[in-house]
Amino acid sequence: MTDNIETDVVIIGAGPVGLFAVFELGLLDIKCHLIDILPKVGGQCAELYPEKPIYDIPGFPMVTGQGLVDNLMAQIEPFHPTFHLNEMVESIEALGTPEAPLFRVKTSENDTTFICKAILIAAGGGSFQPKKPPIDHIEAYEGTGVFYAVRHMEMFRDKRILIVGGGDSALDWTVNLQPLAKRLTLLHRRDAFRAAPHTVEKMRTLVAAGDMDLHLGQVTALKGKAPVLEGVTIKKDDGSTFDVACDVVLPFFGLTMKLGPIADWGLNLHENLIPVDTEKFETNVPGIFAIGDINTYPGKLKLILSGFHEGALAAQKVHRYVYPEKKLLFQYTTSSTSLQKKLGVAA
Amino acid sequence: MGVIHVTDRSGQRHTLEALEGWRVMEIIRDWGLPIEGLCGGACECATCHVFVAEEWIPKLYPPTEEEEDQLDTVVTQPNSRLSCQILWTPDLDGLEVTLAPTGS
Repeated sequence: MTDNIETDVVIIGAGPVGLFAVFELGLLDIKCHLIDILPKVGGQCAELYPEKPIYDIPGFPMVTGQGLVDNLMAQIEPFHPTFHLNEMVESIEALGTPEAPLFRVKTSENDTTFICKAILIAAGGGSFQPKKPPIDHIEAYEGTGVFYAVRHMEMFRDKRILIVGGGDSALDWTVNLQPLAKRLTLLHRRDAFRAAPHTVEKMRTLVAAGDMDLHLGQVTALKGKAPVLEGVTIKKDDGSTFDVACDVVLPFFGLTMKLGPIADWGLNLHENLIPVDTEKFETNVPGIFAIGDINTYPGKLKLILSGFHEGALAAQKVHRYVYPEKKLLFQYTTSSTSLQKKLGVAA
Repeated sequence: MGVIHVTDRSGQRHTLEALEGWRVMEIIRDWGLPIEGLCGGACECATCHVFVAEEWIPKLYPPTEEEEDQLDTVVTQPNSRLSCQILWTPDLDGLEVTLAPTGS
């Protein structure tokens, strides 16, 4: 059954800029739902550099990526935004007019449909997706001989499995799939692993016992008759090559960002960025706004603080779409009792 | 002042003016060649992966453990480096790099 959610605004992307937009919209009594493909909020800050210090957030001499996300979550708590994680927006359908926009937003899960008056795209560099290694014809084997994630372990029973990578995903799946594989081989570029030490230790024990193989090198070619994979060619650091027979390859090379379905939403694009004006940060489609790293305009700087500013200005125009009859009074949180009530801090 | 030579993914070689204190990734990006640099130079994404010409390898600071960890997430060659981790100095005048292929 399809879930229909009616709300004021759908925010695509729950990174720092999308999160702060909840605050600016909330002060204007505008309700939001946020959608993000990651299983957690915070976008790049949480996924790429949670521990890295950031020094250019106003008012914070130093804050880590995760620290900033945690603070933003505390700041927007009074507005009770709803999060839809692990979901990707697939399509946007315009139902309204340029003066009174209305949209239907569908996600990849296809069980959720949103009806909203405005959309804020705060998607940063796009959606996080598994990094695909640049190997010729790899697409031809995807879903049959090449998998970037394990959904059902049983699929891999009695298969000859090649896992590529040296991080937690690669090592965790090595240890977990080894018992049901016909033969498991782990391939990594060097004899050092950044995965958790106890998992690395387990893998080394299995190798020492002859229960799996470990090779050092890189996959340079896939062998087989697509979509049926038969093996791979591996190149070692000294330039020599050898083949390993296998039924499936699982490359675990981490995540990267791709524009994805945004390209299909009828928006003007310039080099994978969405052009906006600098008054409202609205796209060529009235009612759809783009804020943060995903937008472009003359003088654009990809800074978190720029995204905060853009969200505040976009919120002003969103207010006109959501409350066409209401005049917007500009107020400060320091002095306005009505804003303080919304924040739950009124005396 | 000096230059770096960058071979793009179609095999064309570009000579780019370099500035001291800039990262090689920043020089390549500033000249408009297709290098992603998603994380902005924080050594967190490996989208600025390049192959460094053999003769230049010994002139570079060796990769840190952090850079090695990121190189684990791409298909490397022995001369693989992340260009955001190479700070350009006049010693690197004439540095020769090739942009690594990216997956689809």
